[in-house]
Amino acid sequence: MFAEFLQYLFTGITIGATYALIALGFTLIYNASHVINFAQGEFLMIGGMATVSLTAMGVPMVLAIILAVLLAGVLGILLQRFAIAPAKQADVVTLIIITIGASIFIRGLAQLVWGKEYHVMQNFSSDEPIRIFGAVLNSQSLWVLGIGAILVVGLVLFFTRTLIGKAILATSMNKEAARLVGIRTQLVLMLAFLVSAVLGSVAGVVVAPITFTSYDIGIMLGLKGFVAAAIGGLGSGIGAVVGGLLLGVVEAMAAGYISSDYKDAVAFSMILVVLFFMPRGLFGAKVVERV
Amino acid sequence: MLKTILRRTGQVAAIAAAGLVMSAQAAEPIKIGSFLSVTGPASFLGDPELKTLEMYVEKINEDGGVLGRPLELIHYDDVGNASNARNFASRLIRSDRVDIIVGGSTTGATMAAVPLVEQAKVPFISLAGAVVITNPVKKWVFKTPQTDRMAAERILTDMKDRGITRFGLISGTGGFGSSGRTQTLDVVEQMGMEVVADVTYSGSDTDMTAQLTNIRNTDGVEAVLNFGFGQGPAIVTRNYAQLGMELPFYQSHGVASDSFLELAGDAAEGVRLPASPLLVPDSLPDDDPQKQVVQDYKAEYEARWDSKVSTFGAYAYDGLMLAVQAIEAAGSTDKEAVREALENIQGYVGVTGVFNMSPEDHNGLEADSFRILEVQNGEWKLIN
Amino acid sequence: MLNRFMQMRLRDLIILAIILFALPLFLNNPFHYDLATQMAIIAATVVGLNLLVGFAGQISLGHAGFFGLGAYFTGIMTSSYGWSSVPALVVGAIAVGIIAWIVGRPILRLKGHYLSMATLAVGFIIAIILNNERALTGGPDGMPVPAFTVFGWELSPFGSYNLLGMELNGSEAWYLFAALVLLVAVWLAQNLIDSPIGRALRSVHGSEVAARVVGVDTARYKSLVFVVSAIYASAMGSLYAHFQGFITPAVAGFDFSILFITMVVLGGMGSTMGVILGAVVLKLLPQVLADFQELETVMFGAILMLTMIFMPKGLLPTIQMAVGKRMKKKAGGQA
Repeated sequence: MFAEFLQYLFTGITIGATYALIALGFTLIYNASHVINFAQGEFLMIGGMATVSLTAMGVPMVLAIILAVLLAGVLGILLQRFAIAPAKQADVVTLIIITIGASIFIRGLAQLVWGKEYHVMQNFSSDEPIRIFGAVLNSQSLWVLGIGAILVVGLVLFFTRTLIGKAILATSMNKEAARLVGIRTQLVLMLAFLVSAVLGSVAGVVVAPITFTSYDIGIMLGLKGFVAAAIGGLGSGIGAVVGGLLLGVVEAMAAGYISSDYKDAVAFSMILVVLFFMPRGLFGAKVVERV
Repeated sequence: MLKTILRRTGQVAAIAAAGLVMSAQAAEPIKIGSFLSVTGPASFLGDPELKTLEMYVEKINEDGGVLGRPLELIHYDDVGNASNARNFASRLIRSDRVDIIVGGSTTGATMAAVPLVEQAKVPFISLAGAVVITNPVKKWVFKTPQTDRMAAERILTDMKDRGITRFGLISGTGGFGSSGRTQTLDVVEQMGMEVVADVTYSGSDTDMTAQLTNIRNTDGVEAVLNFGFGQGPAIVTRNYAQLGMELPFYQSHGVASDSFLELAGDAAEGVRLPASPLLVPDSLPDDDPQKQVVQDYKAEYEARWDSKVSTFGAYAYDGLMLAVQAIEAAGSTDKEAVREALENIQGYVGVTGVFNMSPEDHNGLEADSFRILEVQNGEWKLIN
Repeated sequence: MLNRFMQMRLRDLIILAIILFALPLFLNNPFHYDLATQMAIIAATVVGLNLLVGFAGQISLGHAGFFGLGAYFTGIMTSSYGWSSVPALVVGAIAVGIIAWIVGRPILRLKGHYLSMATLAVGFIIAIILNNERALTGGPDGMPVPAFTVFGWELSPFGSYNLLGMELNGSEAWYLFAALVLLVAVWLAQNLIDSPIGRALRSVHGSEVAARVVGVDTARYKSLVFVVSAIYASAMGSLYAHFQGFITPAVAGFDFSILFITMVVLGGMGSTMGVILGAVVLKLLPQVLADFQELETVMFGAILMLTMIFMPKGLLPTIQMAVGKRMKKKAGGQA
């Protein structure tokens, strides 16, 4: 019984950690620009696919990962500079459609360049799973959790200890005021997209050995990331992490105990319940509406 | 519009040039229409299917065409979406006015086009698997892959031969897995076997450990069968190995391609599945009638596209060849004549199997056209 | 003031009617009619969605859920239970309206992206149910739907009909029917917009807090328009099912929801004629791009992105503004 529960928990936490990293990407961009970036999943795809294709070309794994993350970062900046910035006067929903257009565009390019097949990436360390109290844990899960934790700590330090991080925070709170005190808000926004893309692509690289990778892997994972961010409360870092883990665990438990047919429905119902009682998610800030 | 005009002009020019030698009628191309899931979640079906069609239409034209007329392939990408498939079928029939349709990568896409095809009275050879496509028989609809019901029968027979009667079923919630699950549950009853655990996963799931744990903890499971296609079954296979499950493990023909071996890696060791002989061309006995055609298709495809053959591309090969054979037998592209010729094709030796069509059977294959294969040392091995 | 408003509406309706009935001059085969019919049905759906998005300012990313419910209600009732089309459509629309009312109340309290999230979740749940209840819906491979019938008279895309001495084939007859439906849908939407409810709605869009302060029961109006747009979607889903003859759970899926909202935004939120244009463009684009094969996805994404960046107000409002600027003092000025 306990082994079973533990197994579902392991499964849920691994996939949940991935959702959390994607959700953090959503949160970062949302904080800086109040845009929901539906192209977030594509950063994840770029991370995995670029690493796979570079290693296939003979580039050593570590270098390939670095290059892939850089590529995603550049893409993030381009996205902000050429798609989001020119449309800054647009409606919220217009911005959503722009990012959806961007994600279709990026996916289309990836399909042209890398083809439509699924690809395998080797585990970072041993293929041998780890056994704990009768449950098994894929060794790659530890990498996902470990790197996820490092990124979260890194982000916290970045926002509280560095000038750039503080500038992003300031911009998110009040763009005009930030500009008045001399923050170059355009640069800050580009930075937010860069960091978000880096987060997404790192997530894409670490989960690729578990999920495989292909040009269209970002669609569903990106969407789940958005769901996780909304559960946690948009704009909240802790919210993104908790929301991601919660979503992953609920999915796994629902698949194990309730019905695998309806596990996604259970997850989506959970959002409705959470939002019913907490209209701004678990950790969302109460914002006074300006009239 | 412009394209059509250009095409027409081209035809007129061609006809004028050949006018002295041939009659105008003879140079008019035979239009083969196709809608396939070349991109989207079912692209692993549509992509090799399109490559196969393109390649063999070219080849047939080099060899002088059919009835002295060249073939013209008109194809659209339905992205795995049934509504698109229906619209493109409508375009093929009403705008492009094709003579025959060879296409429909998925059952959903095929079935969405069926009402249209039946009304417009155009012969349609589907490349999708589910039994509903040809059972009950639809006058104008044929198909080349074996039905999922045959796959279930073949797998369950093999299980029974190994003394297994109670097994756990895991299936995808997509069309292929869902229909496969229904057929399996149906066949199980007839064969006096029992499905003791029945779980599903959706096409975009990235971890199926929870579902497999559920099966593992069910009492009396003697084997596990996974009905699904795409990358899902490969993940299931890897999770199966990670959980250390030792029971005999069966997959469906939905993963019968070399990319499954690549994705699943060592975890695929010992997996059994029903598949077309295409995966083991050299293991076939020399007196097997399919040996030659299978070897040729594999060699030609791999030489032309520099990628591995897949069972799915072979469905398109058989579809095209059946169409050509029917048009030749009919002596024209008259739709009713072609349909009737299709219905009467006997003993066509294809890559997928030997086809014996009849008015009652628009698939023409037997369950034993599936070979049972097992993965041994990272390669397909013919079991029977 | 109001008079001018109504005149404008009437003019829009007349222009639309002229376009719809002149269009057959340019349609030269049943496939074109086929596409035009789908455009009209989808356009009527987004006219309904536009009431919610464009006028009440509430974003729905799950509207295909209601469309799919309508389609499946019709499909199941007419094929398995022998209902006639009209009662199936009406009862389905009422049922969906009730569902929307029940779901809408709590959901519409949410703001901005949380509302999008909740509607997305509702849409997903509906699609999952349609996909999994195989016994009822035929599962992911879909189900066939019989032809549209009224009092034993059948409207099939494959039939042939006689209208006032004109020989019509099934495709043409369906097109005329769908065109009429679209006109009625637009007319109803315009009436709603011009009613006191419509004015209250627009105030919700402007500033909900302000509207509440001056005594507008915003929650009630939002629920109402949510229900109306869901009914539009359900009714059009029913027609779509009959016309297509075959439906799969994809009609309730996320992609379809995104397509609907994109039509609204691309065409021009708040402009009834605009969203119709949006529906036409997005329905036509895949057919045009089909010839580019591999490049199709890239081009679609690029076109979508660029249009929205350079025309953030949507196609029609941008065109109108450009034309308006040109003929500054000349009356009205619409293309």
